Amino acid sequence: MDLHLVHLYPDLLNLYGDRGNLVALRERAQRRGISVRVTQVRLIDRLPPDADLFLLGGGEDRQQVLVAQALHRWGEALRSAVARGAVVLAVCGGYQLLGHLYRAADGRELAGLGLLDVVTEHPGHGARRLVGNVVATCTLPEVGSLVGFENHGGRTRLGAQARPLARVRVGYGNNGEDGTEGAWAGTVFGTYLHGPILPKNPRFADFLLALALRRRHGPVALQPLDDRWEQAAHVAAAARAGVRLG
Amino acid sequence: MSLRLTGAVAAGKAVAYASRLLGLGGGTVLPGRVARWIFPPVLEHLAAGLEQVVVVSGTNGKTTTARLLARMLETGGVPAVHNRAGANLQAGLVASLVLASDVRGRPCRRAGVFEVDEATLPTVADALRPRVVVLTNLFRDQLDRYAELERVAEGWRRTLGRLPSAVVCYNADDPQVADVAQAAGRRVAFGIQDPSAGRSALEEAADVRYCYRCGVAYRYEVVFLSHAGHYGCPSCGWSRPVPEVRAERVTVRGTSGFEVELAWGGERLALRSRLPGLYNVYNVLAAAAAARCLGLSGDVVRQATESVAPAFGRGERLAWGGVTLQILLVKNPAGFNEVLRLVVPERPRALLLAIHDRTADGRDVSWLWDVEFEQLRGLDAHITVSGIRAEDMALRLKYAGWPEDKTTVEKDLVRALRRARESTPPGEVLFCLPTYTAMLELRRILARAGAVAPFWED
Repeated sequence: MDLHLVHLYPDLLNLYGDRGNLVALRERAQRRGISVRVTQVRLIDRLPPDADLFLLGGGEDRQQVLVAQALHRWGEALRSAVARGAVVLAVCGGYQLLGHLYRAADGRELAGLGLLDVVTEHPGHGARRLVGNVVATCTLPEVGSLVGFENHGGRTRLGAQARPLARVRVGYGNNGEDGTEGAWAGTVFGTYLHGPILPKNPRFADFLLALALRRRHGPVALQPLDDRWEQAAHVAAAARAGVRLG
Repeated sequence: MSLRLTGAVAAGKAVAYASRLLGLGGGTVLPGRVARWIFPPVLEHLAAGLEQVVVVSGTNGKTTTARLLARMLETGGVPAVHNRAGANLQAGLVASLVLASDVRGRPCRRAGVFEVDEATLPTVADALRPRVVVLTNLFRDQLDRYAELERVAEGWRRTLGRLPSAVVCYNADDPQVADVAQAAGRRVAFGIQDPSAGRSALEEAADVRYCYRCGVAYRYEVVFLSHAGHYGCPSCGWSRPVPEVRAERVTVRGTSGFEVELAWGGERLALRSRLPGLYNVYNVLAAAAAARCLGLSGDVVRQATESVAPAFGRGERLAWGGVTLQILLVKNPAGFNEVLRLVVPERPRALLLAIHDRTADGRDVSWLWDVEFEQLRGLDAHITVSGIRAEDMALRLKYAGWPEDKTTVEKDLVRALRRARESTPPGEVLFCLPTYTAMLELRRILARAGAVAPFWED
């Protein structure tokens, strides 16, 4: 079995150790004997048409503008990959760009890809950033609890076509008001959680792996791994946020 | 003379005295808080009594650069007020001045050398009225607090615009710092000229690769440290300014120091330092550039540089319980990568990684994933992992391919230190790599054991 992972714009959107998500997916696939190909896509590159999973991290405003331009150039390719069942995980800045619109702190508007029915608005540099440890309950029952660290100025609101990825137990989530965190639709997932999210949320990592493999290999039962250290980091991160997980 | 100024200074001194008497610590911050509470503009009034003020700011290298510079001034016969314990927010600056002033608010020294937190610089620059501003570098660090590097850079840019008579000594090898420095009226650039000291590729965690003027990717001929190197923009032509103070030849001797030949204005200067690693070449360059602006002689710079030993947590070696400890502070990906690059060639047999996530460390430990722990692969070593975020660190090691059976997780630092010592073969060095507050805790533990002096006596 094989898997093709694509890291989109790692040179621009890799502000918070988000490359750890790639490392986690690659390692967890390889430990199960799945051969993994990784493609790093930079600004000038075309998107590989046959990828199974795309990762998009977070960046500063300046870099986000550069990426937004690139995404518009290659947006059609990403949309058709998704239509063919490819999985997308986008974190923070990348999540914002998957929505319809991102209004930056200075009022400038960046049109997003519209792969998720969400809109993000930055209330301005004077507004409080939403920063801190997060513990949330994933709306995907096979995933369970999610832990991570959020740090964003933008407030994201979900439209009818997007479902929240999680309900916040501790932290702000999408906007600090409605208790939602992240969004998903079909095979596209957006989240504000750094940490990075996948290493210490191994059940979410495996959920995405299985979904990505299904595209070309049909339903796959992933063999369980020794996740004691992953679980220890998961529980410790929750405890740091004041939540005791069983 | 202002009664409130006198009151503020007297109260600050009393708080410091009481704090030490009660064993609460060195009083490097609280006296400043009290003094500011009594008389908010106390910093401006005290600093006005200094004839020359130098501020040192940037992500990495502040403490060591300021120490070097203070030693240079002292050697040159101008001892300086200096926040040497590293308290670099406004209260820490005030505290250092309060303790060095008489009750009428007159500093007992003519010069001041202050390391200043990079986000704090804009709020204290007007009060300090520095003659020289040293800008070391900008790396991603504590993103939960600073939000974005761009905003720190913007704050610096505005600050430099308000200080037309200050000379700005800046790191020409850091493209973001070099770009910011163009806002200054008077500039002196420093940098490493010797390409043999560098590498050819940018490491993963480099923050800046796209031109500040036109957005096109920089081309690097050589990289010394993260994104610091010889760069140029192939589109608009903006490139690294040729520095006036430059390291023409660099010979790094691992953890035991380096030799460097400087072009220093019109002079050549051969320096020898006991400070470890290439990153300290930058600190010596920064201090030497500032020294030139202050009119110090080459002999003074040479003598002072050779006399400075590593500070606690910055490569200092000490004996404890039958082993040698070397403690190297790790604060951010750029610094951690440099420390690993320094330690790995020594073929260490035992390491202690202590990761806290308090405010001063950065509450978000995601940055550990930007550190290249893959460098450790193949070492015959045991790693003890400790701190509030020990589990995160252990997980990072696992995903870097480090074997679980060569890792011990012990959250409590006292017990971890003992375990790490037990894992150190006789005659070998135990390398301790703590984050900032873990470093302070380590120091308290070692001070209780009689191995080091408390930090305020450093």
